[in-house]
Amino acid sequence: MNTIWALAKVVVLEMVRRKDFYVLFILTVLLTGTAGSVNLFNDRSIVRYLKEICLLLIWLSGLVIAITCTARQIPAEREQRTIFPLLAKPVTRGQFLLGKFLGCWLATGLALAVFYLFFGLISATREQHWPVLNYLQAAWLHWMMLGVVVAFTLLGSIVFAAPSSNGTICFVVSVGILLLGRHLNKVALDLAQPWQSLLYGVYFVIPHLELFDVRDLIIHNWELIRWEMVALATLYAAAYAAFFLFGAWWVFRRRPLN
Amino acid sequence: MEPTVAIEDLRIEYRSRDLGEASKVAVNGLNLVVGRGEVFGFLGPNGAGKTSTMNVLLGFVPPSSGTARIFGVDVREPIARQRIGYLPEQTYYYKFLTAEELLRLYAGIFHIPVAEREARVGAVLKLVELEHARNRQIKTYSKGMQQRVGLAQALINNPDLLILDEPTSGLDPLGRMKVREIIQRLKNEGKTVFFSSHELGEVETVCDRVAILHQGHLKAEGRVTDLVAQHAANLEQVFLKLVGYASQS
Repeated sequence: MNTIWALAKVVVLEMVRRKDFYVLFILTVLLTGTAGSVNLFNDRSIVRYLKEICLLLIWLSGLVIAITCTARQIPAEREQRTIFPLLAKPVTRGQFLLGKFLGCWLATGLALAVFYLFFGLISATREQHWPVLNYLQAAWLHWMMLGVVVAFTLLGSIVFAAPSSNGTICFVVSVGILLLGRHLNKVALDLAQPWQSLLYGVYFVIPHLELFDVRDLIIHNWELIRWEMVALATLYAAAYAAFFLFGAWWVFRRRPLN
Repeated sequence: MEPTVAIEDLRIEYRSRDLGEASKVAVNGLNLVVGRGEVFGFLGPNGAGKTSTMNVLLGFVPPSSGTARIFGVDVREPIARQRIGYLPEQTYYYKFLTAEELLRLYAGIFHIPVAEREARVGAVLKLVELEHARNRQIKTYSKGMQQRVGLAQALINNPDLLILDEPTSGLDPLGRMKVREIIQRLKNEGKTVFFSSHELGEVETVCDRVAILHQGHLKAEGRVTDLVAQHAANLEQVFLKLVGYASQS
């Protein structure tokens, strides 16, 4: 665990010292700050609409940070050859992958915490109340969902050589699942065989990232989700992340390094 | 006593990615033993199979056949690398880290207790004369300084075996002299040093024994003094003769 933790810390340090995170954060802060501070005619629905836009920005930023940070890890290690002195030490390839996963996931969590804290503060000043537990549930599920995204991006970074192509594919797949995932079974009903079975198969196999999207909890101040359901969703995300990480290890374990 | 490095009938073959193209044999039937406390020079022209052999010793590439052991442990086991220090030919480190952070990372990987860690980091930085720059990011270092960070990371675990791939490549005469001094100091401490180099004068000065590899085959192995006496020539001339250059000219 020491080794995995040591590797994860390097990834977090890298994100903290790179400029791209700050650019994205400042952009989101500017947009969130501008939109969140508007309260036209004291109309609550407008505030809600603006909150929706701000949360969408946070979701997009979260995805971009998770995917770009993860997609470059292994290709950069190979290209800059930092992987050689590292694997010349008693580090297994499995530990290397887990360290990268943990680092990217923690770095993404750190970014999310900053985003949600800022958004919460802005919202609280507009609405004069701050449902902490709602924020906590929404941010936690968001982070779990990004754990799955980080894991499959890591797998993609071993399969696809270029970080840009991997990043684009993972982003399209993630957004595709978020937007269409829940409708695939209905679409399948209208198709002829074998496409119907194929689409049903896809529906049951893909990780349903949209399940983790509980932005309405914050936007409409809905009641809290039952904690057992949150725990179940966490397990669901952990199972998919483990599956993708296993796949990454399987592909990477015998792959030549140069 | 168990040898530090023992290679038996090693064959390294790279499969071609192009369909129908034959696989390339990088090393064939290599047998090598390096004893404890030796400074061993691993020589050969480019493409001779030196780096491939080192890659097997470091666990980067699995051998196609044969075995390689370090301290009696198969190199495929990560634990075989617990007592190794490795310096690659070029500096490949996280340039956004400071030397101190980089060394702490590697110390953590070797499970060096936190109480000892700072003292160890300080000691290796002092050895490579980088104490003054310990808190600067590596990207701001000169090439010589980066090479010395490389040496520092290779020494962080106080290894019993050092594998150095062209340790003086690209360094100025002063940098070379410093690296040689460090190798000499490690030798005096009883460490085993296994290194490849094209600088034959340097090898002649520093090494106890050498092996000369050509096109994947071992051409000669022995004490530097014996080889020089046997061929009545200096190491460079012996090397050129063994790799077939002398016979062509």
